[in-house]
Amino acid sequence: MTTVLVFLDHPGASLAKSERELLSLGASLGDVAVALADDADPAYLDGVGSYGVQEVYRPDGAVSEVLVAGKAAFLAAAVRAAGADIVLLGNSYEAKEIAARAGIRLGSGVITDVVGLSSDLTATKSDFAGSYTVDCRVTTGVPILTIKPNSVEATEAGLPSPPREVRIPVELPPAAARITGRVEKPVSGRPELTEARVIVAGGRGVDGNFGPLEDLADALGGAVGASRAATDAGWIEHSAQIGQTGKTVSPQLYISAGISGAIQQKAGMQTSKVIVAINKDADSPVFEIADFGIVGDLFTVLPQATEEIRKRGL
Amino acid sequence: MDEAPAPGLRIAVLVKHVPDAQFDRHISSDDLTTVRAESILSELDEYALEAALQLVEAHGGAAAGHRVTAITMGPAAAVSAVKKSLQIGADDGVHLTDEALRGSDASATSRALAALLQHVGPFDLILTGMASTDGETSLVPAQLAERLTLPQVTFAASLDLTREDSGWKLAARRDNDTFAETIEAPLPALVSVTDQINEPRYPNFKGIMAAKKKQIQVLSLADVGLQPDEVGFAGSWTSIEAAAPRPPRSQGIVITDEGDAGIRLVDFLAGQKLL
Ligand SMILES: Cc1cc2nc3c(=O)[nH]c(=O)nc-3n(C[C@H](O)[C@H](O)[C@H](O)COP(=O)(O)OP(=O)(O)OC[C@H]3O[C@@H](n4cnc5c(N)ncnc54)[C@H](O)[C@@H]3O)c2cc1C
Ligand SMILES: Nc1ncnc2c1ncn2[C@@H]1O[C@H](COP(=O)(O)O)[C@@H](O)[C@H]1O
Repeated sequence: MTTVLVFLDHPGASLAKSERELLSLGASLGDVAVALADDADPAYLDGVGSYGVQEVYRPDGAVSEVLVAGKAAFLAAAVRAAGADIVLLGNSYEAKEIAARAGIRLGSGVITDVVGLSSDLTATKSDFAGSYTVDCRVTTGVPILTIKPNSVEATEAGLPSPPREVRIPVELPPAAARITGRVEKPVSGRPELTEARVIVAGGRGVDGNFGPLEDLADALGGAVGASRAATDAGWIEHSAQIGQTGKTVSPQLYISAGISGAIQQKAGMQTSKVIVAINKDADSPVFEIADFGIVGDLFTVLPQATEEIRKRGL
Repeated sequence: MDEAPAPGLRIAVLVKHVPDAQFDRHISSDDLTTVRAESILSELDEYALEAALQLVEAHGGAAAGHRVTAITMGPAAAVSAVKKSLQIGADDGVHLTDEALRGSDASATSRALAALLQHVGPFDLILTGMASTDGETSLVPAQLAERLTLPQVTFAASLDLTREDSGWKLAARRDNDTFAETIEAPLPALVSVTDQINEPRYPNFKGIMAAKKKQIQVLSLADVGLQPDEVGFAGSWTSIEAAAPRPPRSQGIVITDEGDAGIRLVDFLAGQKLL
């Protein structure tokens, strides 16, 4: 039987959607065990157990103060302890780096940004800002794959049950970067960008006022994103940036307002299912990728749409 | 007798030569590698170079014995990434080039770069971009740090060095989705930087003239002690099986607002079952 090791990081109060997706994907490939670097609430662990996970590997000692290297050493040790045949991780920067370093330790190939995985472990991803679809495979070692959120359907969980905890010794690297401080950012109450079904994104055209975008996002139950011009201007936090050096998203609906559609912005959003663009300039490149484009002023179009949605009682 | 000067910092900046994203980019149907047309110094590596130059300038410049070396691995044309770096302000350059490197994935690239850095080093600090704008894996910096057993600070949004009795120490900040972290590490270390860290400078006329006199060392695999089958297609741990251009998004509808565009937008969303 195939053993799939799923690496989970920064556990919250309960399983996040992307974590349920990983566990579901794992269960479709074999028996799932989990490697968990940090302490978690019993409710979180029960949730892990509800996906049929019987073993949770934990480091014998703290690995989190050491940037990446500690967790990578732990993951490599857990792969050996579990006799894993496949390793799955999320797709955050940190997860990709943990995968990268564990790959070197294990002599295993790593594939990041996976959006599809066949039963013979052919991984699908997109390249060049979403302009290519590429199939690739790990040819050496235990395949290590980082999976983008929203790529697989999370299955229904079974009954909550606490998995067995297995502590494993981890040898930390001699010289390492240490985390000396951590400041939590305020939470918005809106869905996480990479997991959102709907995103309303604004650019320089928003001119410092994200209000109309937030109203529409709330009417649609969506998240608010931004171009780099808007985050650089300080109108919205950097974590809202979508694009090459920000987040890559593929929601069901992406509403772009006051964004010109530069290649670096497209890199983060052009695999969205439906794209709507509102821009004053009819020659704006964003219209080349829009399913529905509106040449107009976002400050009149967006509030009108929000009001109409509310009026229809949707 | 004169007192021996404190040894300067040696900083390596890894710069990649990548296809320019302003043009259509392609994957070759012959061997599934990137087609190297209209290539440039990866924009994201300019931030690493700028960070190196600012660190040196903050600590006495070249006069204090500090040195910035721009390093690339790639085909003959890739040397232009090093040349551009010299124009911007790096002191010297190294180019690892070999037919056998073709097809290298992140594991093979990091193996080759690790051997190269050991051959031309030692360096106090290795700086890289946050991702190459073509491969975009962000795997290489972490894999290099693992191979060289160096402290790793990735996605640094700020970077400072201070000199202490025990040696140089670096401090960095990195932003996560839900928190910002401050990080400390001793040197030698490897740091990748984001596009939040600085505003890269352009080469000026003086820099362009000065670059002509700067040295570029060209090395082969054998020079850095690697066998051909340790890199390239043979030495990679992943393979690309197929690559297909994504069908272009079909042309949508574009309307001009005549006072009811917000309502027409809601009609469209309702029609797409997106409400
Ligand atoms: C290395 C690198 C990485 C980058 N990474 C990213 C990235 O990750 N994400 C990203 O987004 N960018 C990124 N960029 C920047 C990118 O190149 C563009 O500069 C940026 O996306 C432009 O943002 P914008 O469209 O908001 O601004 P602009 O290009 O200035 O466009 C503003 C648009 O708003 C329209 N407008 C103005 N007022 C209104 C109004 N009232 N109603 C409707 N429309 C209006 C204008 O017609 C215009 O089209 C990167 C650049 C580099 C070099
Ligand atoms: N062939 C290369 N030559 C020099 N530096 C490279 C090369 N490949 C990757 N790098 C460095 O590693 C960083 C991340 O690349 P990647 O892991 O490919 O996304 C880049 O920004 C460069 O600094």
